[in-house]
Amino acid sequence: MPAPLFWIFVLIMLFFGVMVVVNRSPVASAMSLVVCFLGLAALYISLDAFFLGVIQILVYAGAVMVLFLFIIMLLDLKAERRRHFNLIAMFGGIVVVVLFVKVLFDVCYGFQGGNAVFPAIHNAEHGDTWQVGMALFLQYKLPLQMIGALVVVASVGAVLLSKRELK
Amino acid sequence: MATLNDYLLASGLLFTVGFAGVLLRRNIIIIFMALELMLNAANLSLVGFSRFHTQAGLPDYNAQVLVFFIITVAAAEVAVGLAVIVALFRAKQTTHIEDLNTLKF
Amino acid sequence: MNSAPWIILFSPLLAAAVIVIATQPLKKFSSYLSVAAVAISFLFSLTLFGSPDQDLSFNWIDLGVFQVRIGYLIDGFSKMMLLVVTGVGFLIHVYSIGYMHDDRGRSRYFAGLSLFMFSMLGIVLANNFIMMFIFWELVGVSSYILIGHWFERPSAADAANKALIVNRIGDFGFMLGILMVWSASGTVMFGELASKWSTLGIGATYATMAALFVFCGAVGKSAQFPLHVWLPDAMEGPTPVSALIHAATMVAAGVYMLARVYFLFAGSAAALAVVLWIGVFTSLLAALMATQQSDIKRVLAYSTLSQLGLMVSAIGLGVPVSALFHLFTHAFFKALLFLGAGSVIHSLHNEQNMWQMGGLRKKMPLTFWTFLIATLALSGCPPLAGFWSKDGIVAAAFEHNLAAGLVISVINFFTAFYMMRLFVVAFLGTARSEAAEHAHESPPVMTVPLVLLAIPSLIAGFPPIEHIFFPNGGGAEPSIGAIAVSLAVFVAGIAAGFVLYRDKNSDPVSIPLFANRFYIDQFYAVLIKWTQDALAGVAAFVDRWFIDGGLVRGLGGTTWGFGFALRFLQIGNLQAYAFLFGFGVVLLLYLILFAA
Repeated sequence: MPAPLFWIFVLIMLFFGVMVVVNRSPVASAMSLVVCFLGLAALYISLDAFFLGVIQILVYAGAVMVLFLFIIMLLDLKAERRRHFNLIAMFGGIVVVVLFVKVLFDVCYGFQGGNAVFPAIHNAEHGDTWQVGMALFLQYKLPLQMIGALVVVASVGAVLLSKRELK
Repeated sequence: MATLNDYLLASGLLFTVGFAGVLLRRNIIIIFMALELMLNAANLSLVGFSRFHTQAGLPDYNAQVLVFFIITVAAAEVAVGLAVIVALFRAKQTTHIEDLNTLKF
Repeated sequence: MNSAPWIILFSPLLAAAVIVIATQPLKKFSSYLSVAAVAISFLFSLTLFGSPDQDLSFNWIDLGVFQVRIGYLIDGFSKMMLLVVTGVGFLIHVYSIGYMHDDRGRSRYFAGLSLFMFSMLGIVLANNFIMMFIFWELVGVSSYILIGHWFERPSAADAANKALIVNRIGDFGFMLGILMVWSASGTVMFGELASKWSTLGIGATYATMAALFVFCGAVGKSAQFPLHVWLPDAMEGPTPVSALIHAATMVAAGVYMLARVYFLFAGSAAALAVVLWIGVFTSLLAALMATQQSDIKRVLAYSTLSQLGLMVSAIGLGVPVSALFHLFTHAFFKALLFLGAGSVIHSLHNEQNMWQMGGLRKKMPLTFWTFLIATLALSGCPPLAGFWSKDGIVAAAFEHNLAAGLVISVINFFTAFYMMRLFVVAFLGTARSEAAEHAHESPPVMTVPLVLLAIPSLIAGFPPIEHIFFPNGGGAEPSIGAIAVSLAVFVAGIAAGFVLYRDKNSDPVSIPLFANRFYIDQFYAVLIKWTQDALAGVAAFVDRWFIDGGLVRGLGGTTWGFGFALRFLQIGNLQAYAFLFGFGVVLLLYLILFAA
């Protein structure tokens, strides 16, 4: 992907990521997160992972964020009022973040191999979805089944946890 | 052209943003959303590596399968987590993280 | 091997064992058993007297590098001492039958006496330091048992403790001395040491120190300054005990030991000087204290102290034979004095204050006359025994050390003075109390020993008699000057005592310093209290701060502190946990990627 396009999408993603963290209204945060996911999906597609890009939109932006919005509506959360700052916690947080960024930069620019251009891809006869599906159903059968069970358990658990006490 | 390093940098920065959100925000819903950001950052770097390690002209789909699983698990986690938050809210009437501190010594 | 010494030694022990194990309820039988044992020892001592000298021993403990031998050394000194100890001991045992007639603890008393005889004979017969030390300690224990015979009385129990503790202090020095001698020469046998000691080439300081440490034992046992404080308090015991142990035999053990190991001192002028002046000082101190005492036994106790000081100073003057000669005569007349005092006390129903006595001449004639003989003998009246022996010491003093000689003459003056004081107040004049009014002579079982002891007090000093017991010479020859001075002080002392105290009902002279014994006891009490408080303070400090605070509470507190600190990791604050995770991850990343 041409570099400028790449950086635009990265910028979108990061900007709206920061918006998620900074916004005071939970609904605005949720919306920013949706746009952030869009940017991320674009980045996936730029990496020739078409299936994943679409799945990202469908599942994350389509299901998870909707769930978030439902819960925000359910709890009827208002915009946060200002409460007193815990200066120590804030300071600690900033320190850790700064350190992490520093380590990140050191690692990334120390990784020599990463400066190469991506290798070329020959278009296979089957698309990307077919490839992922084959890998999923042939190599990773068992984890797939377990994921299925996990999702069922999660559903049941969610229902159970949010039940009101029966009077 | 964007190189792998660029993608990894983007991933790292997204992760940092998410982590900062976990540490600095007070509302538990927002914290949860920042958590999602962190997960997605990891996904991005995985996809980047998948594209980088090509096998026989095709990207390495193992990483993409992993990303698939991560997305699924994240979705399940969100479901259960939000159910817990709802239950907590019903008990404590607050989403402020400092009020949810009874699991202590 | 001649078995006589073993019989002499062990028959009193046998009697003591039988009394303790079997015959305690049978009081009369126990007393006769004890007397019989001593009689046997005496008879065998007589037979030994005629036999030739011997030195025999066998291994008791053999550890290779170190051997403890038990044996006996029969020479002139020990033959003489054996006779004195067993003879005087026998008479005192007989006397005790009468004196302790009404006592409930008679069996215990006679067992103690027999144990004492065993221990004392062990000292006399010992031929090496270790054996002597063992019996030395045994004698201390017997003394403790006997002084504390009437232990229900707190003063008696305290006196017994005091005697034992003060003796132990001296014995500690003694032990150090023995160790020094042994390490320098490799042997503890007297015979070997006598010939080897001067040729070993030991440094002068070491030899002097060894000699002085050994002298410590004599300082404790023979009650020299500064360990003299136990002897006057030891008068809490029954009077025959005072006579036997604290006049005639046990306290003389120190002098006997010094005479035995005189070779240790012979080469060291410094050690001899220390011995001499401690002896002189003790003697003077005791004589001064005796002039102000009102208890008849106390006067005699201080008199013993004074005479012991004289004997020790004779050792210091370099004439151990003179010292032993004085020991020999002193045993007789001092025992006689104590037994006579006991007779008076017994017939006045345990009255010991001499200002409550008086007018006993007609009522107790035998006691009166024997006491007079003994007083004169002690004061140095010629030709009684004391004159010869004291004169020998005075002569040696004038020959070797004029200053010491003059001080000793002053001491002799005081001796005559306070003895006359005692005699005049206790026996002459008119009765001063009810008890004295109704006094009567003691039964024969008590007066016969008095008479029997009076005989040697009269004649034991004569040169022919002296030569029987001291065939190797009687020490220094008296010179005319010495005799003149001795006679002069004797007459002056007797006259002064007689004149000052005739027909008085209370003491005309009052010197609190002497009466309170120079406040030495009080000084020791303060010293001990101060030392004990200081040590206790240090121990308390260490206990409270180091052991309690540091070890016990420190360990507990440290654990608690760690727990307390770690608790703050579990505060329930989600973001704090997240912070810790993040921080840990960053640290790990840093360490793995850049530091490792």
